[in-house]
Amino acid sequence: MEKLTFRHTTNRSLAGTKAQAITGVVASGNLEVLMERSLAPDQCTVEIDTAINGYGDVWEAVISDFVARRQPGGLRITINDGGARPDTVTLRLLQGTRLMEAV
Amino acid sequence: MAMVPVSLSADPLDQSWYEASARARLDGLVDPGTFEEFIGPEQRVMSPHLPAFDLPRAFDDGIVVGRGRLDGSIVLVAAQEGRFMGGAFGEIHGAKLVGLLRAALVAKPAAVLILFDTGGVRLQEANAGETAIAEIMRAIVEARMAGVPVVGLIGGRAGCYGGGGLIAGTCSRLVVSEVGRISVSGPEVIETNRGAEEFDSRDRALVWRTMGGKHRRLIGGADAFADDTIRAFRDAALDQIGRAPAFDLATLEAEQARLETRLDRFGDARDATEIWGRLGLNDPAAVPGLDTETFDALLVRLPEAPRDAR
Amino acid sequence: MTDWRRQRSARDERIERGRAHAQGKVVAAASVVDLLEAVLLPGDRVCLEGDNQKQADCLARGLSACDPARVHDLHMVQSGVVLPEHLDIFEQGIARRLDYSYSGPQGARIARMLYGGQIALGAVHTYLELFARYFIDLTPNVALIAGVSADRDGNLYTGPNTEDTPTVVEATAFKNGVVIAQVNEIVDTVPRVDIPGDRVDFVVEADRPFYVEPLFTRDPAAVTETQILMAMMAIKGIYAEYGIRRLNHGIGFGTAAIELLLPTFAERLGLKGRIATHWALNPHPSLIPAIESGWVEQIHCFGSEVGMDRYIRERPDVFFTGSDGSLRSNRAFCQTAGLYACDLFIGSTLQIDLQGNSSTVTANRVAGFGGAPNMGSDPHGRRHPSDPWMKAGEEAGGTGDPALRRGRKLVVQLVETFGDKLVPAFVERLDALELARKLDLELAPVMVYADDVTHIVTEEGIANLLLCRTLDEREQAIRGVAGYTDIGRGRDHAMVETLRSRGIIRRPEDLGIDPLDADRSLLAARSIKDLVHWSGGLYEPPAKFRNW
Repeated sequence: MEKLTFRHTTNRSLAGTKAQAITGVVASGNLEVLMERSLAPDQCTVEIDTAINGYGDVWEAVISDFVARRQPGGLRITINDGGARPDTVTLRLLQGTRLMEAV
Repeated sequence: MAMVPVSLSADPLDQSWYEASARARLDGLVDPGTFEEFIGPEQRVMSPHLPAFDLPRAFDDGIVVGRGRLDGSIVLVAAQEGRFMGGAFGEIHGAKLVGLLRAALVAKPAAVLILFDTGGVRLQEANAGETAIAEIMRAIVEARMAGVPVVGLIGGRAGCYGGGGLIAGTCSRLVVSEVGRISVSGPEVIETNRGAEEFDSRDRALVWRTMGGKHRRLIGGADAFADDTIRAFRDAALDQIGRAPAFDLATLEAEQARLETRLDRFGDARDATEIWGRLGLNDPAAVPGLDTETFDALLVRLPEAPRDAR
Repeated sequence: MTDWRRQRSARDERIERGRAHAQGKVVAAASVVDLLEAVLLPGDRVCLEGDNQKQADCLARGLSACDPARVHDLHMVQSGVVLPEHLDIFEQGIARRLDYSYSGPQGARIARMLYGGQIALGAVHTYLELFARYFIDLTPNVALIAGVSADRDGNLYTGPNTEDTPTVVEATAFKNGVVIAQVNEIVDTVPRVDIPGDRVDFVVEADRPFYVEPLFTRDPAAVTETQILMAMMAIKGIYAEYGIRRLNHGIGFGTAAIELLLPTFAERLGLKGRIATHWALNPHPSLIPAIESGWVEQIHCFGSEVGMDRYIRERPDVFFTGSDGSLRSNRAFCQTAGLYACDLFIGSTLQIDLQGNSSTVTANRVAGFGGAPNMGSDPHGRRHPSDPWMKAGEEAGGTGDPALRRGRKLVVQLVETFGDKLVPAFVERLDALELARKLDLELAPVMVYADDVTHIVTEEGIANLLLCRTLDEREQAIRGVAGYTDIGRGRDHAMVETLRSRGIIRRPEDLGIDPLDADRSLLAARSIKDLVHWSGGLYEPPAKFRNW
């Protein structure tokens, strides 16, 4: 297991009013993403517990791209990862923000 | 052109129960917008044991518990996530279900619904898991004695095995789909202990006709057979709550008598199809291919309909 | 004086010796070893039939039970090295040389044996290439083949899995070779004659029916959201764009997803009748919903597929069937059809390098090629035009009179950027090169060469390599769809954006596809049971695919 934490400053806060959302399941090649609207509107943190060690630079790239694309200001994102591939991670993050954007 | 024989609907209620996550099953099962989760993921009440095994945890420890309304009435619900560690019972996982069942004594809901999806006890926390199984069975008995029906819904990926199979046996009513399986020992366990000649776990048709939904329904091991959709499970749950038997000595004695008769009649059968033949089915081999409607119609026409007491 | 009939006389002597163990042409299963020891000579070239589907398994067991003192140093020329016996005979000294095509399940063992020097390897071929050599320089002395039934004259019914048999028999029987067939049963009259009796010298009644691997069955339950996304991109960005009507699919889950999206996603795009109408394809169960929805005009098959026989019988307008009603497959013809009469091949692979070479070899496995390199190559002998072929040729550029321009077959690699256990699909250097070095192979086992591949589809987008004009553009186009692999992260971002503006790279959003719409509810069937329902109960899946 490896713990990773990334902090980003965003240009804006994520739209919507939903306070929290969860998507995905912890399984082999899958992950769960918990999103909570609990930070300052220009802040986003991502904490990851991953089953596979040594992919810190890939996580960093995936999270940076996601933050740049969605600007998820205000979100505390926590991930339990069962060894998901980067595309699955991105998909879950996008699914999560779509849920959070619901009014 | 042929009619489309498979639903292509995007309505959440038409989605496959088997494929849906525990959360999606619950969302669709109760009245829209009525589900309230207890000890939600944001509380991060996770397994204290898995980190010692270098294994990832889940925010809900693989079971979602809470309250919702079913056709307006309050129900307590628990859904296991079969994809997280095979839906297995660990310490937190088990405690959440025990707590929910005990809360039923106070809350007096119209029913407790348990959405089973489990391979049994989690090996990494086996002592806590085994204890939880016992506590859950006791809590179910107490809830039933207090007049709260406990209905099990079985149609997930992991089936309902091990301690889950034992717990299912204590429920007031059970609903199962074709892909659902109910048993204590799983196919691989039987094969490991008794050899592939006794039970070939890779012969999936054999696995299903021995442990699958249709067989359980035919021999009275389940009380209703549902299509693999969230809607079908919702409808069946509603119907079965109303049919839950009283929990008293008479019910238990009737159940004991039923099981004794069943063992007498079928104890020497070598294959499920033999049992189905003795039950009066003309074409046992055709049973696995039947759709729900035809299968239910067949049950009604049987000389002796599957009987239960529980 | 020159004796022009030495081979013929030798064949007559072999048959004469074999007759001692037969009643007429018919041989009991118990006498297989005696028959083989009587007919075979040391150093013979032997074709033991078996490919990625059916296996002459009774004869394989018989061959491996022969006495190595009598039968040895055989040169095996066969499509598939699949059964354990196929390699046992090399350990036993019965066989020495090997020329083959496919070795799926034995890939690791064959690598060890090649490395240990137990096998003298000629070459690894594509199916069509090996068949071609049967007629030129690898003609078998003895062919050991499999059929469903035979009569006492040797007339053979190969059934739906005809596959390689006509080709093997043609090369052997007409060039002084001996043909020995195993059949499931001897009958008075065969349902249809697939191989005329005068080409079959001995018929063995096998102890059990020949084995067939259900290699082309993909359970829709295992199709992932990522594969659905890639299938959506392939349909909208390639099939619709080029108007692909004549095609071949590989056996992966990605192509199964495409098949399952035809009656849903593609139907909503109004593509019915405009794409995917004529196929060179095995009877994939995952194509049933498209067939039932009226998408498919016809399919020619390499082989059959376990459980599909009844369905095929009831759909003779779609499949090639005999007078008896059952499928007639033929690998050599279907490979030729895939090569010359299809405008697109799409399949998956394990590794792609920066030029676009791809390989399914990993460091310790020699899986062989099967038919994919043949399907996945541009046929330079093609001369008939078609819209997709001409459009691809135009995109590939070239100057001068358009009437002198060649078209191009579309060869599409459908690949997820990471495979199992987070192994990257994009690499600097193929493992095939390392394997070639270790085994001292003259050619690295490349499945599809860079100059044949035209498009790479990943979950990140489509790279159209036809439109690349320099090697640098090509490399960046590949990096630009390689996701978060080291190759992908090593991209020149500015250049990738330029390529995107030129349409060389297309993202899902460039195609009007939202990745969040890639949902399993789009699949026309989400389980094997759904496929059974679509088929009206005619598809009878093998037990291992059932969950009812």
